[in-house]
Amino acid sequence: MMRFDDLVATISALQRSDLDAWIREEMVVPRQEAGALLFTDMECARVRLICTLHYELEIDVDTLPVVLSLVDKLYDTRQRLLSLTAAVAAQDKSVQAAIIAAIRPDGGLSAAAKS
Amino acid sequence: MGDPYETLGVTRSATDKEIKEAFKKLARKFHPDLHPDDKEAEGKFKDISAANDLLKDAEKRRRFDAGEIDASGAERPQERFYRDFADRPRYAPHAAQDGFANNEELQEFLARAFAGGGHRSQGTFRARGQDVSYVLPVGFLDVVNGAVRTITLPEGKTLRVTIPEGAEDRQMLRLKGQGMPGFGGGPAGDAYVELHVEPHPFFHRKDDNIHVEIPVTLKEAALGAGIEVPTVGGPVTVTVPKGSNTGKTLRLRDRGIRNRKSGQRGHQLITLKVVLPEAEEPELIAFLEAWQPKTKQDPRKEMVS
Repeated sequence: MMRFDDLVATISALQRSDLDAWIREEMVVPRQEAGALLFTDMECARVRLICTLHYELEIDVDTLPVVLSLVDKLYDTRQRLLSLTAAVAAQDKSVQAAIIAAIRPDGGLSAAAKS
Repeated sequence: MGDPYETLGVTRSATDKEIKEAFKKLARKFHPDLHPDDKEAEGKFKDISAANDLLKDAEKRRRFDAGEIDASGAERPQERFYRDFADRPRYAPHAAQDGFANNEELQEFLARAFAGGGHRSQGTFRARGQDVSYVLPVGFLDVVNGAVRTITLPEGKTLRVTIPEGAEDRQMLRLKGQGMPGFGGGPAGDAYVELHVEPHPFFHRKDDNIHVEIPVTLKEAALGAGIEVPTVGGPVTVTVPKGSNTGKTLRLRDRGIRNRKSGQRGHQLITLKVVLPEAEEPELIAFLEAWQPKTKQDPRKEMVS
């Protein structure tokens, strides 16, 4: 957990006013506790990512939310994919093989031909 | 961490703007949060960030160029990326139950499932540049004596090619790192230059020896003479012995090509060719008409029976 001031102090490029704006835009969502803003490790990493995107890759402030929303979608999709994969991984080997065969463009064809 | 210029793929004289552009380009390609599937991205991004940290700071860059500091000073502390959190399995109850699949195993399973399907288009992030090959026509004497040639490539780049002494026709020279630039900080490819040796009007090469046919006049051949003959190293004076016939071979020691392995020079072998006078020589004609050879000569006796 990090407080707003600590986070600004840790990342030298980070401008206080920018972080304020990002919070207002809900690009980062810190926890409010007793009037203080608290950032989890994950939120800190997210702030660092936004800093790189904005200060170093020069993605402007209007485009940032678009990029972040795509990044969020990417990770969300990966989560679904991973949970699906975990479900497959828990099946019998024969089921796993059948699924892999069906996914592969070439394997899918031959599997279809057999049935 | 290696040389920061190399890491960013810029020259040592790169401007601040060029450095910034190079960093941006690589960062887009390697930021781990934007490429969650790339295991190498984290290390790669750390390297390019450290290189950028060093080179974007004019004072640090000056001190690095002057050799006062090395690149390790710019190394970044261990950083936790967003993907480290965002990619944690949250909805994987089966995995947890079986104790089977941690994230890595799942990813492997996925990779297996999609292998060859073209879904993972960015498997290799660091790649050596492509090799390129050129053909360089060179003069006979250039390969005998060695030379330096500059070739200008279609894209305007120039290559300095050192032709080694004694190089051979169709020999391939390798210019390390002169091929296409590497991808993602990988080394550049090599340039291969194939030498095509142009024939010489009178010198011929056979291994390390040079063969040349030298015409001599009837008088030089009959009476002997000191004549000047060309060699690959410039003209030298040779003694034609009295009574030298066409086909007689003279050897000039060490006037051939230096062997690249042994360092020994070959020889120049001169084959004499007697030529009759071009202009009319009435005295010679008159002499021959009156001449009675002491020994009867039949040069064709072996051929006509």
